[in-house]
Amino acid sequence: MNVPENLKYAESHEWVLLESDLATVGITEHAQAELTDIVYVELPKVGRRVAARETIAVVESVKAASDIYSPLSGEVTAVNTALDNEPALLNTDSFGAGWIYKLKISDPSELGALKDAAAYRVQIGV
Amino acid sequence: MIEFGGWEMPAFYTSIMEEHLAVRQAVGVFDISHMGQILVSGPDSAKFLNRMLTNNVTRIGIGQGQYTLLLNENGGVIDDLIVYRLDAELYFLVVNAAKIEEDFAWLEAHHEGILEISNQSDDYAGLAVQGPGAVALLTNFLGTDLPPRNGMIEVVSHGLSFLVGRTGYTGEDGAEIFLAAPEAAGVWQKLLALRAKPCGLGARDTLRLEVCYPLNGSDLSPERTPLEAGLGFFVDLEKGDFIGREALVAQKTAGLTYKLAPFTMTSKGPPPRSHYPVFLDGEMVGETCSGGLSPSLGIGIGMAYLPIGAEVGREIEIDVRGRKFPAVVAKKPLYRKS
Repeated sequence: MNVPENLKYAESHEWVLLESDLATVGITEHAQAELTDIVYVELPKVGRRVAARETIAVVESVKAASDIYSPLSGEVTAVNTALDNEPALLNTDSFGAGWIYKLKISDPSELGALKDAAAYRVQIGV
Repeated sequence: MIEFGGWEMPAFYTSIMEEHLAVRQAVGVFDISHMGQILVSGPDSAKFLNRMLTNNVTRIGIGQGQYTLLLNENGGVIDDLIVYRLDAELYFLVVNAAKIEEDFAWLEAHHEGILEISNQSDDYAGLAVQGPGAVALLTNFLGTDLPPRNGMIEVVSHGLSFLVGRTGYTGEDGAEIFLAAPEAAGVWQKLLALRAKPCGLGARDTLRLEVCYPLNGSDLSPERTPLEAGLGFFVDLEKGDFIGREALVAQKTAGLTYKLAPFTMTSKGPPPRSHYPVFLDGEMVGETCSGGLSPSLGIGIGMAYLPIGAEVGREIEIDVRGRKFPAVVAKKPLYRKS
């Protein structure tokens, strides 16, 4: 199970790549393996302001709809529209082409609540 | 793992999509040990069951089975089940996991005549082998021909005793085999070695939904009658009195107002799930009972109780988290083998 070192992780299985104040968010390889067969992604609207741990997107597998929680507070600046046509990118490239949205973060101190790769590995038992 | 009828069961082993397609194209095996087995025996069994169940049990000979329903006094569905006649005065009922206690209590409460009702659900395990390759696999495994459709035979094979019923919940050919619970794990492994793909509850649900088999608790409920559920074929109003009959006759006379209808989504969007609001001509008329993405068709499908008049081809809308998506009332089954 791949858990990249350069990312931060939320307990609810989202990953964050931070480049200055811009965060890219997706779901982890572990999460997509648990969900399997992702068939639809409901993306947020660009410009939406979101608080940390608020529902920001919905990922639907064949089995069920699962809420995705924003790991950080801020304003959505971009969404991955490629997922509209190819939701399975979350399965095939969860840390790359399967990113979900980008966020201009408003409170850098929230980063402290996220896990590093080592702590997330402990959480998922790998 | 998910909770289902008091059991912890896997939603999938590898992926719902893979397992679903294995059953449509090859052969899959489901652990159905959660399902219940109730035996009714004695000289008055047939008479008693005909008073308790909607279908006419006197129509089945030894070794045959039939789909039937257990109703409350209002004609509402307590459970749907298959009754097999194992011998002249011996009937084997296969019931839904979540309803075992209720069914048994209801039967016991109406016990009448010389007969015995016995709940043997804990003694039996069950495995459903389903798919175009299922019959060949089972014939090979058991070393004997399978019974005809809806039939059940007893088979001794591998030193074990099996009850083999030619039925299923997937729309594919196959059988459900019942055996002593402690032996099930060994047989499961043998079936896997014969290349049956292990399948979980998720695929079981998408497979049955594609062929519009109702799921009790979702599509069937004590508030809905089998006539509303489109199961009139399994109700014999002419056979004599049975529990719920009066209510069904009254409903038939008055005319149905709602009927369970399958639908398919007509645009790309989120798959429907149960309890989503359904709109007809802009007005909310109910909610979905079942829903999901059809792996065979690649679109969202579901079932909902809709007002009579919302016939096949009628456009409806499904509300998914506050947004309406177009759908169309469809003919059942939604998936047909090519």
